[in-house]
Amino acid sequence: MKLVVTFSRKAGKKPIIAQVVRDTGVLINVERALIDSSEGEALIDIPDESCALVKERLADLGAAVRVLEDIISLDESRCVDCGACISICPQEVFSFDDDWRLRMDEKKCVLCGRCIEICPHRALSHKGEG
Amino acid sequence: MEKTISLIRERIRDGNARVVTAEEMPAIVAELGEEGALREVDVVTTGTFGAMCSSGAFLNFGHADPPIKMEKIWLNDVEAYGGIAAVDAYIGATQKSATREESYGGAHVIEDFIAGKTVELRALSTGTDCYPRRTITTELLLENLNQAIMLNPRNGYQRYNAASNSTDRSLRTYMGLLLPNCGNITYSGSGLLNPLANDPHFRMIGGGVPAFLGGAPGMVVGEGTQHSPAGGFGTLMVTADMKQMSNDYLRAATMAGYGVTLYMGLGIPIPILDIEAVRATAIRDEDIIVDVIDYGIPTRSRPSLRKVSYAELKSGVVDLNGEEVRTSSLSSFRKARQIAGVVKSWVEQGILTPVQPTRPIDPLKSAMPLRETTRGPRVLDIMDRKVIAIREDEEIRAAAQKLLKGETNHLPVINTAGKLVGIVTTYDISKAVVSPGKASLVRDIMKKKVITTTPEEAVDVAVRKLEQYNISALPVVDGEKRVIGMLTAMNLGKLFGRWLK
Repeated sequence: MKLVVTFSRKAGKKPIIAQVVRDTGVLINVERALIDSSEGEALIDIPDESCALVKERLADLGAAVRVLEDIISLDESRCVDCGACISICPQEVFSFDDDWRLRMDEKKCVLCGRCIEICPHRALSHKGEG
Repeated sequence: MEKTISLIRERIRDGNARVVTAEEMPAIVAELGEEGALREVDVVTTGTFGAMCSSGAFLNFGHADPPIKMEKIWLNDVEAYGGIAAVDAYIGATQKSATREESYGGAHVIEDFIAGKTVELRALSTGTDCYPRRTITTELLLENLNQAIMLNPRNGYQRYNAASNSTDRSLRTYMGLLLPNCGNITYSGSGLLNPLANDPHFRMIGGGVPAFLGGAPGMVVGEGTQHSPAGGFGTLMVTADMKQMSNDYLRAATMAGYGVTLYMGLGIPIPILDIEAVRATAIRDEDIIVDVIDYGIPTRSRPSLRKVSYAELKSGVVDLNGEEVRTSSLSSFRKARQIAGVVKSWVEQGILTPVQPTRPIDPLKSAMPLRETTRGPRVLDIMDRKVIAIREDEEIRAAAQKLLKGETNHLPVINTAGKLVGIVTTYDISKAVVSPGKASLVRDIMKKKVITTTPEEAVDVAVRKLEQYNISALPVVDGEKRVIGMLTAMNLGKLFGRWLK
């Protein structure tokens, strides 16, 4: 399960993710992070069964947490099943099925946005984040 | 055994013809043998759906009252060529919108017309006695045009080289996004379904032959522009009525960083008259070989990284120097298959009836490069020949002195053999002074990765390097990596005097 963790300056320079890993023993995979002097956001991946535990501990430490769902959306009326997105996706979200129809495994997506930018047919977009 | 085209037409009329797609053909030949396949199969249908930049349409708008001789013409702010009589225009697929840049272009105008949307026509004229009107703005639907005849100068490439990128930065090309360090390979074309791959010697495909184009029945006009079958890169000029087209088989697209293009669906039926036609249409993806071209090299003849078959490309992964590199198709095999299927039913229904070419296409031609009678500026024409360099084992302080005395911001760093090994800038030295660490020699603070140019390189290519890497100077090196000049933003000023008159 993927969580979007937002840090604010209030939380100071505490190593929040490291702290949560130590406290909970859950191995957190940071898939994307953008952190500057005033705030930051990280996309982390954790086992589904640890979700409640990790969320609670992150919140205790002053981070805002929300679950990321349905993050990328394919408009099938625009998609022509060309496959331009397949090789440029760092997470291997896209593939062809046996009928050469484009398939995607949204769960793997880390929202890098590269496919949205390069889709020749503008068939990909960000869905509302849940 | 040989069959005649009239026998095949007769079988189609009687509903006895066996029409198969080029995808089905290899298995049929494997099962029945060549003779058996010749007896059994009458027509093989092909299809492809991919980016075909060299596309566009002739439009006739009808006359206004009072009449205008439209000289400058825009359709939804995309310029169309108006130098053909009074109310005719050619809208080219890759023409960019004057206001929306690469997100909208000629291809989108064509797509919008076909989708039944309104398109704004704006035109200017100088006015004549017979055409007094000077401006016009009006909204048009496709049905309001007298003619909308798609005529694509170059479609249906026989095959197309795959693309990769050996440089350390991403490239945005008409072959899509090419990741650094050969991080991916892109390719285009339907392989075994490709029309010309099934008739590489142009025995059955030629002028006058019926074709499916963008969902409409149309025809092959003749050879396409840049037709180069000698090397396996034949092309076709094709036409059909835009009013009969469907956006299921025609789509506007934007290749990020390159611009607008048009995805076209094209399919051609090939009558099977003899053994040679059987052999040609039995082609498999394994048999179609292309080069993987390194788009990192910005010259006309880009080097090939390896040869690869469509079968390998379609498998999704290609081995490149021992690494598994993922591939992306830019064309749609699914659509190509659909098109071959439509062509099959159209042949059976008599919508596309195979004929022999009325005007054969030269199967041996080779496209020429552009003859250039004037040469653009090269780096050696404008580079600074006075080179102030420093050795890597000198002290940082010496570098600072040289920078000051030489009134430059960049010092190429050389080794004892005189070869370029790094570069230091005033920034690197300031940094070393502000936070003094263990660094005392030039080699401790120099940047080892130096972007360079050569004296023969075109200035335009060198300028692109300056822009891409966001730097302001390039050491000019010879074949031995010796620095023979520097090209800085300052040198570019020389262009104005000598070259850009």
